[in-house]
Amino acid sequence: MASSRQPEPIDQLVDRALQGDRRALARLISRVENGGPDGWSALSRLYPLTGRARLIGVTGAPGTGKSTLVGEIAKSARKTRPDQKVGIVAVDPTSPFSGGAVLGDRIRMRDLSGDEGVFIRSMATRGSLGGLARATTDVVKVLDACGYDLILIETVGAGQSEIDIARTAETVIVVEAPGLGDEVQAIKAGILEIADVLCVNKADRDGVQSTVNALTAMLDLGTAARQSHTLHHGVLLPVESPPVADGERWRPPIIKTIAAAGKGIDELIAAVEQHRAFLRARPEGRQRARVRAAIELETILREALLTQLRDSAGSDRLSGAIERIAARQIDPYSAAAELLKLSTASG
Amino acid sequence: MEKKIRVLIAKPGLDGHDRGAKVIARALRDAGMEVIYTGLRQTPEMIAEAALQEDVDAVGLSILSGAHLTLLPRIVDQLRARGLSDVLVFAGGIIPDEDVAPLKQAGVTAVFGPGTNTDHVVEFIRGQFQTA
Repeated sequence: MASSRQPEPIDQLVDRALQGDRRALARLISRVENGGPDGWSALSRLYPLTGRARLIGVTGAPGTGKSTLVGEIAKSARKTRPDQKVGIVAVDPTSPFSGGAVLGDRIRMRDLSGDEGVFIRSMATRGSLGGLARATTDVVKVLDACGYDLILIETVGAGQSEIDIARTAETVIVVEAPGLGDEVQAIKAGILEIADVLCVNKADRDGVQSTVNALTAMLDLGTAARQSHTLHHGVLLPVESPPVADGERWRPPIIKTIAAAGKGIDELIAAVEQHRAFLRARPEGRQRARVRAAIELETILREALLTQLRDSAGSDRLSGAIERIAARQIDPYSAAAELLKLSTASG
Repeated sequence: MEKKIRVLIAKPGLDGHDRGAKVIARALRDAGMEVIYTGLRQTPEMIAEAALQEDVDAVGLSILSGAHLTLLPRIVDQLRARGLSDVLVFAGGIIPDEDVAPLKQAGVTAVFGPGTNTDHVVEFIRGQFQTA
């Protein structure tokens, strides 16, 4: 796109990124984000080097303080272990009308600027709806392969449909803030169900306790419902208790933070560590990895098959089918079957 | 394949007025670009580093403090020091006419004064990237 920029051979870019060239890393991320054969060949080279980083997802409604929290976690991680490199991938929504986006998560992470051990990348969703961009997992892989030990992934925060993050991160922090929703919000299905750690941010505000209470009640209900065949603890867990795993299942701890003042961050990180240890020691960890692998393969296949279909059926046939469906001359199911038949015949 | 024009909009220096920066950010978004907005009081190093990490095609600088002759060339230098000499740099804000030539000399491709139509800025950026 850029007039003066010659696209570099992808292999060179990968080599340089692996050697720690941050400029090459940034460009490699763009290539992977833009998709296409180049991105895939880079990813297949990088894949054997992935799986080493710790992936932490941070999600929650807009305005709960996700970006500030992510910035604080990164800062604390760098302070306690200066040898570990931290990557941040922050996703903001693409406008469905113009295709453009304003990505503003860096504003809250300015303290990290100047630290060469931190790499922050903003991504637009580009039409994806699950809270992450289509290529977010791929970008995370690039950072992982290039030696980033801790990778923080911040989602769009559109509310209740942010399930992508649960498939990408090892531990998901769901951020709440006082005064955003009542108890009914807390028992609604969706975002709270993916929480491994619940964080009540802005804990210096009024209404913290009622938010904490609502979340606690929600957790109790959830445990009772899912474990109806066994007896649960039978007592309400105290709110600031350490995370409790009753042998079988993980109960998300509720941690209060004031991210803007850097308070509660150590406790939050401790909870994340405990969750990680829990996962590693149990079959759930392997189970999660398997689910992630299945989804990943499915996503890649879907994309590849669609590309293949587009190539074999030809864009004319495809747009012809779209026209006919729009004019209600054919139903989309039969149209799809027709196209598939064509593609298998030619393939 | 999907390639978007990515633009960093930054406010160097100490003035706290970012309305202009926000208006431009919004206009570029509406034109289909991906705009990374970094907020107030950015040092030249911070801006160049963000441009590097975000792999932007262009950097737009909004400055009202009067320190443009000092800050903008330093930003261009910082970009060059990071190997980003091919990134387009443009500026907006309160910049007297007589300062435009030295800024261009320093590597700022365009300067937009108060009252500039945002469409004009959009066209300028598009024009820079459309013809190969």
